[in-house]
Amino acid sequence: MATSKEMGGTHAESHASHGSAGHLHGEPYQPVFVGERRRQLDELLTRYPTKMAALLPALWMVQEDRGWVSESAMAEVGEVLSLTPAYVKGVVTFYTMYHQHPVGKHFIQVCTTSPCNVCGAEDVVNAFLKHTKCGELGVTSDDGRFTVIEVECLGACGFATPVMINSDFIESVTPEKVPDLLSKLP
Amino acid sequence: MGYPHAPHARETVVLSKYFGDSEATTLDGWRKRGGYVALEKALGMTPAEIVGIVKDSGLRGRGGAGFPTGMKWSFMKPGDGKPHYLCCNADESEPGTFKDREIMRWTPHALIEGCAIGAYAIGAETAYIYIRGEFTEPLQRMEAAVREARAAGVIGPNAMGTGKRVDVWVHKGAGAYICGEETALMNSLEGRRGNPRIKPPFPAVAGVFGQPTTINNVETLAAVPHILNNGAEWYKKFARPDNPKSTGTKLWSVCGNVARPGNYEVVMGFPFKDFLYDLCGGPLPGRKFKAVIPGGSSVPIMNMEEAEAAVMDYEGMVAKGSMLGSAGCIVIDDAQCMVKQIARLARFYAHESCAQCTQCREGTAWTTKIMERIEAGEGSMDDLDTLLEIGDSMTGKTICVLSDSCAVPVVSGIQKWRHEFEAHINGKRCPFRAAAAA
Repeated sequence: MATSKEMGGTHAESHASHGSAGHLHGEPYQPVFVGERRRQLDELLTRYPTKMAALLPALWMVQEDRGWVSESAMAEVGEVLSLTPAYVKGVVTFYTMYHQHPVGKHFIQVCTTSPCNVCGAEDVVNAFLKHTKCGELGVTSDDGRFTVIEVECLGACGFATPVMINSDFIESVTPEKVPDLLSKLP
Repeated sequence: MGYPHAPHARETVVLSKYFGDSEATTLDGWRKRGGYVALEKALGMTPAEIVGIVKDSGLRGRGGAGFPTGMKWSFMKPGDGKPHYLCCNADESEPGTFKDREIMRWTPHALIEGCAIGAYAIGAETAYIYIRGEFTEPLQRMEAAVREARAAGVIGPNAMGTGKRVDVWVHKGAGAYICGEETALMNSLEGRRGNPRIKPPFPAVAGVFGQPTTINNVETLAAVPHILNNGAEWYKKFARPDNPKSTGTKLWSVCGNVARPGNYEVVMGFPFKDFLYDLCGGPLPGRKFKAVIPGGSSVPIMNMEEAEAAVMDYEGMVAKGSMLGSAGCIVIDDAQCMVKQIARLARFYAHESCAQCTQCREGTAWTTKIMERIEAGEGSMDDLDTLLEIGDSMTGKTICVLSDSCAVPVVSGIQKWRHEFEAHINGKRCPFRAAAAA
């Protein structure tokens, strides 16, 4: 297992060589899996018979700490779990919840699948787009505060329309409630 | 309706008895309510005895397929020298379904207890609860409950002081409907893309990590402690007298255009008409029900004639042309455009297709394109034939049933609401949208 110092070095190098995004040019990549995070990952590895099984949890740790999963982070995860960066990227791109780009401080997901659609979810989406000034789905507002996306079934259909703002799960959102919800965000 | 609320007088609350009771979420609270008595009992029995009771009870899978649980467990061969695994499918993502979410939010220990009993019964020392990533609150509750149960020695290397090892771990998904398909779930758990696997080999032969595996739904496992506590005969009584094939109580999620959406627990064989009009409060003021999708978005759409004559069990729903599925009941009223709603469902499947099978990748995308074209008033009569033809080539020809699930609402929609499709095509616009604009 590489020490944190070695890993930092490796990634700064790999960044310089292929110019992957993920941090400002010139700044070395700071590894995620050091100290407490490394300990958490090691504990997690005891739960599974393979190292690869810790891939989804490891990617979650990256996203919790960094807000998104950069290519440098994919390379680091690959290194700690003995997987190639290409393999890790293949997995990251399969799952919708891993951000492959930075997103707004408040990442807003509005459910618009049929059960919510029949209850007026499209109006809720439009209210978010208007009041966040994002204007368009998937676009981050100029002030960097908001990104709004439509999400497929959040699994709370009886509480249409459910909305996730980062990890907060909010039930029964109507267009009228949107300005108040937004004003309460830090 | 969110919890807490008093159950309707005609509900039979077994699984949902403590929904809304925050004390029930803790280990002490759960023990005070009779929790972990069944696990203690189970660990004193042989695995074969437990499988026998679950077989006798008639319990069938609550995730959608309705496969007999005891029989599934009996496929796990004891003494084969291989590690066995139990996976709990908590990836609840089927549009219309939100029952497992409440089980995990309010009675996390019921699920842990069910997992521990299930694991022991199939000769597994490890159970993984795979929870969809969007379920942040259920995840927190489950993780807290697992920590508490582990610290108290209820689960772990010496479960209940019996010297038996039963580990239960929570694993967080990352946004993929397809990971609710059991073989995709196993791939995802292994750290792979969530592509379903070809069967055979079936999971009981080569499942997660290549080892014998059983996958059960949250509600199925949560029912097991009640069956061990009260006996198979008790469970079998919750059934129609003329249909012993569907037993027990069932949680139904109800959503869409209905007066009282929410979760309801009723006995197998409950009349669907009473359920919709009495328990769920009927339509919204001034509206009429037009269609019901009774078992999650993947089952055939019922018109009201079919729905009102149906009884709520596996066979009863099939008899009226649909399926019980995951019991996520989507109600659509007369203010809604069927073409628009079916187009939206098709879009869901197109988005969620893992894209490994051509019929699904292409079929879901083209179905969506054509459905949206018709909804926009730009469709032709030929499009209806094309949709049916695509639907046929998407059915029964792929690794998993996501492709079939996309074709099902389209085909049943064209069969039952052809006049709405034709009105879009002939009028060159959506009649519902026009009505709203006027």
